[in-house]
Amino acid sequence: MQKKENQEVENRPDNTAFTQQRLPAWQPILSAGIVIPLFVLVGLAFIGIGVALFVTSRNLHVLEMDYTGVEKTSPCFSCSDPIKQKNCKCSLSFELDKLFEGPVFFYYGLTNYFQNQRAYGVSKDYNQLSGDLDYFTFFFSIVPDSTCKPYRYDVNNKPIVPCGSLANSMFNDTFNLYQMKNGVKEEVPLDGKGISWWTDYNIKYRNPSVNPLRNAFNGTVKPLYWSKPAYELDPTDTANNGFINQDFLVWMRRSALPNFRKLYRRITDGLPAGNYSLEISYNYPVIAFDGKKKVAFSNVSWMGGKNEFLGIAYLVIGSLCLVMSVVMLIIYHWRNSSPDAN
Amino acid sequence: RRIANFYFLIIFLVQLMIDTPTSPVTSGLPLFFVITVTSIKQGYEDWLRHKADNEVNGAPVYVVRSGSLVGDIVRVAKDETFPVDLVLLSSDRPDGTCHITTASLDGETNLKRHSLSLTTFAVIPSSFYLLHLGEMKVPGHLSNLYLCFPSLSFRPLGPENLLLRGARLKNTKEIFGVAVYTGMESKMALNYKCKSQKRSAVEKSMNSFLIIYLCILLFEAILSTILKYAWQSEEKWNEPFYNQKTEQERNSSPILKFISDFLAFLVLYNFIIPISLYVTVEMQKFLGSFFIGWDLDLYHEESDQKAQVNTSDLNEELGQVEYVFTDKTGTLTENEMHFRECSINGTKYREVNGKLMGEELLFLKAVALCHTVQISYDQPDCMVPGSDPFSHVNGFSANHMEYYASSPDEKALVEAFDTMTDHNTVPYAYRFKLLHVLEFDPNRRRMSVILQTPSGGQIMFTKGAESAILPFATSGEMEKTRLHVDEFALKGLRTLVVACRHFSPEQYTEVDRRLNAARTALQQREEKLQEAFNFIERDLQLLGATGVEDKLQDKVQETIEALRLAGIKVWVLTGDKHETAVSVSLSCGHFHRTMNILELLQQRSDNECAEQLRRLARSLCWYCLSRIKEDHVIQHGLVVDGASLSLALREHEKLFMEVCKNCSAVLCCRMAPLQKAKVVRLIKTSPEKPITLAVGDGANDVSMIQEAHVGIGIMGKEGRQAVRNSDYAIARFKFLAKLLLVHGHFYYIRIATLVQYFFYKNVCFITPQFLYQFFCLFSQQTLYDSVYLTLYNICFTSLPILVYSLFEQLVHPHVLQSKPALYRDISRNSMLSFRTFLYWTLLGFCHAFVFFFGSYILMGEDTTLMGNGQMFGNWTFGTLVFTVMVITVTLKLALETHFWTWMNHFVTWGSIAFYFIFSLFYGGIIWPFLHTQDMYFVFVQLLSSGSAWFAIIIIIITCLFPDVIKKVFYRHLLKGTITAV
Repeated sequence: MQKKENQEVENRPDNTAFTQQRLPAWQPILSAGIVIPLFVLVGLAFIGIGVALFVTSRNLHVLEMDYTGVEKTSPCFSCSDPIKQKNCKCSLSFELDKLFEGPVFFYYGLTNYFQNQRAYGVSKDYNQLSGDLDYFTFFFSIVPDSTCKPYRYDVNNKPIVPCGSLANSMFNDTFNLYQMKNGVKEEVPLDGKGISWWTDYNIKYRNPSVNPLRNAFNGTVKPLYWSKPAYELDPTDTANNGFINQDFLVWMRRSALPNFRKLYRRITDGLPAGNYSLEISYNYPVIAFDGKKKVAFSNVSWMGGKNEFLGIAYLVIGSLCLVMSVVMLIIYHWRNSSPDAN
Repeated sequence: RRIANFYFLIIFLVQLMIDTPTSPVTSGLPLFFVITVTSIKQGYEDWLRHKADNEVNGAPVYVVRSGSLVGDIVRVAKDETFPVDLVLLSSDRPDGTCHITTASLDGETNLKRHSLSLTTFAVIPSSFYLLHLGEMKVPGHLSNLYLCFPSLSFRPLGPENLLLRGARLKNTKEIFGVAVYTGMESKMALNYKCKSQKRSAVEKSMNSFLIIYLCILLFEAILSTILKYAWQSEEKWNEPFYNQKTEQERNSSPILKFISDFLAFLVLYNFIIPISLYVTVEMQKFLGSFFIGWDLDLYHEESDQKAQVNTSDLNEELGQVEYVFTDKTGTLTENEMHFRECSINGTKYREVNGKLMGEELLFLKAVALCHTVQISYDQPDCMVPGSDPFSHVNGFSANHMEYYASSPDEKALVEAFDTMTDHNTVPYAYRFKLLHVLEFDPNRRRMSVILQTPSGGQIMFTKGAESAILPFATSGEMEKTRLHVDEFALKGLRTLVVACRHFSPEQYTEVDRRLNAARTALQQREEKLQEAFNFIERDLQLLGATGVEDKLQDKVQETIEALRLAGIKVWVLTGDKHETAVSVSLSCGHFHRTMNILELLQQRSDNECAEQLRRLARSLCWYCLSRIKEDHVIQHGLVVDGASLSLALREHEKLFMEVCKNCSAVLCCRMAPLQKAKVVRLIKTSPEKPITLAVGDGANDVSMIQEAHVGIGIMGKEGRQAVRNSDYAIARFKFLAKLLLVHGHFYYIRIATLVQYFFYKNVCFITPQFLYQFFCLFSQQTLYDSVYLTLYNICFTSLPILVYSLFEQLVHPHVLQSKPALYRDISRNSMLSFRTFLYWTLLGFCHAFVFFFGSYILMGEDTTLMGNGQMFGNWTFGTLVFTVMVITVTLKLALETHFWTWMNHFVTWGSIAFYFIFSLFYGGIIWPFLHTQDMYFVFVQLLSSGSAWFAIIIIIITCLFPDVIKKVFYRHLLKGTITAV
C-alpha cells in the first residue's frame, strides 16, 4: 500500500501556480472607461507640448540662399562651370533688417546629391583614417582597402591617402562673410571649431603620430579632386589638418537623404542688422546632376534648428486624441442608454 | 519546414558569392542560431529516446549458442522480456509450455500459453541443441503480429510456438529458444509505424502566408531592380562625378549586373521572411505542450495517470475540432464489465447480491468453461502436468486467484460464476479435458471450446454475438432467447449467446482430423482453419444468453453536452449491436429523448440504401422548412450500421454526407475497425474539410486515431496500443472537455497570434529598408546597421512573443469551460483567416510607413536636431527608425497581451531595456574586429537630441493610437462573445 502511494506521488503533476497556468496576472482591459480619460490626458499633454515646440520653432530664424548660379541673373552664374573657371569667386549680398541672434550656425547645403549610395558610402579605409601607417603604403593589392576603388591608387600605383570616393569628393567651396559698414567691408569672424562630432574628432579619426604630419604622407598622393594634400587642409591651424580636419569630418559623416545641409561655421555673436556680402570661392560642380548649392544661416534652440514638423505633429495627434475621446464618449453613452444595450 | 532553412542557406550563399549590401554574417548568424536551437531541442528529444532505447537495448541476454544472431539459442528466465522473436525450444515445465504476457505489445494482460512444437524436445537438456536442429525456413517479413510463422523443415510452426520480442515470460522458470527474427526484423519492430506527420491547420495557413510573403519579397526585389535601371538610364544618376565606377564595373555584362543586383535586393529584403518563425513556433509547441501533462484537471487520481502528449505539433488543432468520433466501449464506458442478467432456456434470471438461483448446469458449465481466461496464483510453478487448472481452485482460497483475460466480458462472466457457485455447496468437482480451442476472431464473432466430459463424451461450447450464433442454432428456445437478448440490449447490456453441441465419437474423430489438418497446413493455414471452424460450429443447441453491464464513465453526459454546445458534432462509432448502442447513446446524452432519430439499418442492396437515404434527406428538408414556421428546433440523430454504411459509402457518399450534416448526433454501430477509419476519412475529405478528432482506447480504434486530424487515446483497460498511436492520451473521456475547450482554445489563440505577429514585425522591419531605396538611388544601402539586422529577430523582439505564446489567456479557463460556446469563436481557423492576415500585414506596412516617413520628415527638413548645431548622418536616421520600430513592435504585442504575468512584464520591458543597453554598449566601443565603425556613438548622439526623443514618442503614439481606438470600438460596438464575457 505504501508503495502504491509513493507511485501516485510520482505521477501526480505538481500543484503550482505555474504548472496549472494560474500565475498571478494583471489583466488590463481597454474599456472606454479607462481609455477616454487617458486620451483626454494624452491629448491635452500633447497639445501643450505641441504648442511649446511650435512656439520655440517659430522664434528661430533661418536664412537660406541658393548660389548655384543656374540663372543668368544669379551672381555666381559666371562661376557655374568650374571646369572652365578655376578659382572662380563670386559674392552674394543680403540684408538683415534686424539682429540675427547668436550663436548663428552657418551651413552649406546640397540637393540631389546622394551621399547615401552604398558604393559611395563604403568607399573608404577605416584603418587609414584611424592613423594606421601600414595602410598608407602599397602592399600587394591588399591595402588600402579594395572598397576605395576607383580611388585607391593613382596611375603610378601610389596609394591615395585618404582613399575612396567619399573623401575624394569632399566639398571644397569656401566662404567668407563680410558686413558692409558704411561702405567698408568688415569680415565677420567664423568659428570652425566643434562643427563635427566630438567623438569623431577625438576618438574615431586619428592622424598618424608622426611629426611633422607631412612625413607620414611620404610616398602617397592626395585624392585626385583635392587641390591640397590632407596635411595642408587648414593652413591657419596645424591641429586642424589631416584626418581630423573639421570640414573633412563633417563631410565624412554621410547624410541620410539626398538633400542635406552640413555645418560649415559658427558665428558666436550673431549677426547685427545690416548689409552683408558673402564671398564664395566656387569650386564644387553640381550642375551636371541638377544639384543645387545653398548656404543657410540658422540659430538653434535646445531642441535644434527650426523644425515645425514636431510641433504640428504633436498638435495634430493631441487634437485627434481629444476628438476621438469625444467620439468614444458619445458612442459609449449611446450604447449604454439604448434599450437593447445588453 | 526544412525548406525555410534551405531558403536561408541560399541567401547566405548568395551573400558569400556576390557583393551584397550586408555581410554573410548578417544572415548566417540567425541561421546558425535557428539551427542551434532546433538541434538542441531535437538533441534533447533524441536523448530522451536514447535513454529509453538503452533500457531495452542494454538488457543482458543469456546466449547459449551463438550463431549469426539469427539462430542464436537464447535463455530467458522468468519475468524477463524476450529480446528477439524466438521459437520455443524447451521449457522447464514438464508439459513443454510457457506462459507469457503481451501487455507491452498489444496491451492484453492475460497470460498466454505457448508450447513446443516438437514435444519430444521438451525435456531434453539444452546441450542437445548444439547438435543438428534441422533446417529452419523463415518466411518473408509481414508486420502482422499473429500471421506468418517460420517453419522447421519437418514440422510447421504456429503462433503458439513463436515468442515475440517485447513479451514477458510468466509462471515459467526459464525457457530456451532459437532466435528467428532479430533487430528491425522482429515483429515488434515491423509494427513500428513511421507515424505519418500530421500537420495542423495553423501550419498549413502559415505556409501559405509564407508563400505570399515570398511573393512580396520577389515583387519588391524585382521592382527595386527595375527602378534602379530606370533611374540609371540617365547618365547623371548613373555615374555622378563623386561616385565613379571602377573599370571592372563598367565592363561587366549588363545581364550579369542585373542578376546580381536582383540577388542583392533579395538579400537586402530577405528578412521579410521571418527566419525565427519556425524555431519560435517549434519552441512554443514543445514548451507549451508541457502544460497539458501538468494539468491537475487532466490527472486521474484512481489510476494515477496524467495526460500524455505524444505530438506537440497539434496543440492548436485541439482548438479547431469540429467533429469528434468516439469509440463506445472503454471510452464512454468504464470497460468494467459486471454480469447482470441471463436467459437460460427461455427463462430470465437476474443477478441479486451475487447469487444466481437456478440449476441449469449445462448453461453454467458452458459459461464456466468456454473461455480463454488464465489464472495467476500467488505461488507460481504449481501446474501439475495434464491437470486442468480448475482442479486447483479448491485448494486455494479465492483471494489467491486472479483472472487474466483478453476480453473483459469473459472475465466478468467467469468472475460472476466463480462468486455465484459457492464452492462449499458444490458437492464435487467435475473434471473436463480441454481438447481444442477455436479462438475468437472478429469475423466469426464467436469462440468455442471442445471438451472431454468426465463421462468420456465430447462436447463443444460456443459463445458469441447473437448474430453469429443464432443462424447456426437448430434447437433450444430460439424465439424467447432472441427476445431476451433484445431486451438486454435495450437496457444497454452487452449480450452474448451461449450454445453447445454434443459430438458422437465418429463426429469427433472427423472434427479432430480436420482441425489438426488445418492447424498443421503449411499453406493457406488461415483459410483452412476458417473452413474447419465453420464446419464444426453448426447444428448448435441454444443454451441461453448473458447480459453484461458496462458502466458509463463519470460525467460523459456533461462532456458530450459541452462539446455539442461548442459546436462540435459527436459521432459514436461502436462495434456493438444497434439496440445496445442506441440505449448507451441515450443514457450518455448523445441522443436525447426529444431527438428525431433517423435510421439507416440493414440495407442489403445499393438501391435500397439510396432510396432510404433519399427518404431521410427529404424528411430532413421537410423539417428544415417546418422549423422556420414553428420556431422550434428539432434535433436529429442518425443511426447507421456497418453494413449499410459500407453501402452508403460506396456509391452515395454525397447523399450520406448531406444527411449527416443535418444531424446533430450520429451513431454508427456494428463497425469494423477499418470502417471507423473510413468514416473519419469521409468527413475529413468532405468539401468543408472539417477538423476531426478521434478518441478511443482499444487496438480497434488505432486506425481511426491515426486517420483523424487529432487522435486521442484513452488509457483504459484494453492496453496501450491506442495510447501509443495517439497524439494525446488522457485517462478519462471527461477530460476531453477541458483538453479541447480550455487547452485547445489557449493554444490556438496563442499560436495564431504568434504567427500573425511574426509576419507583422518583419514587415515593420523590412519595409522602411525598402522605402529607403527610393531615396538612395536604389543602391542597396541598408537603413540599419548589420548588427541590428542580425539581432532584431533573435534578440530584440523574440522573447516577448515567445512568452506571450506560452502564457496568454484571453479568457479565464473556468469561463471557457463553463461557456463552451466560446469555442465557436475560434472555429474554422478564424484567427488565421485571410482577413486577419491582411489586417496584420497592412498594419505592418502602415506602421512601417509611419516609422519611415515620420523620421524622414523630421530629418528631411535639413535642420539640425541638436542644440549644438551639428548634423546627423544616415546611420542616425536608420537608428532612429530602428529604435521607434523596436519599441512600437514590442508595445503592439503588449496591447495584444491580456494576461500579464511577471514574465510578460519582465520580457516586454526587458526587451526594450536590453535594446537600449545593447545599443549604448555597441556604439560605445571601437570594435577592433569590425571593418568600419559606422555606429560609433551614433546611438548616444541620437539620444542626446531632445527632438529625437519627442519624435520617438510621437511616432510610437501615432502607430498605436488607432489600435487602441479600434480595440475600444470593437469592445463597445461589436460585442463579440469573447469580449462580452
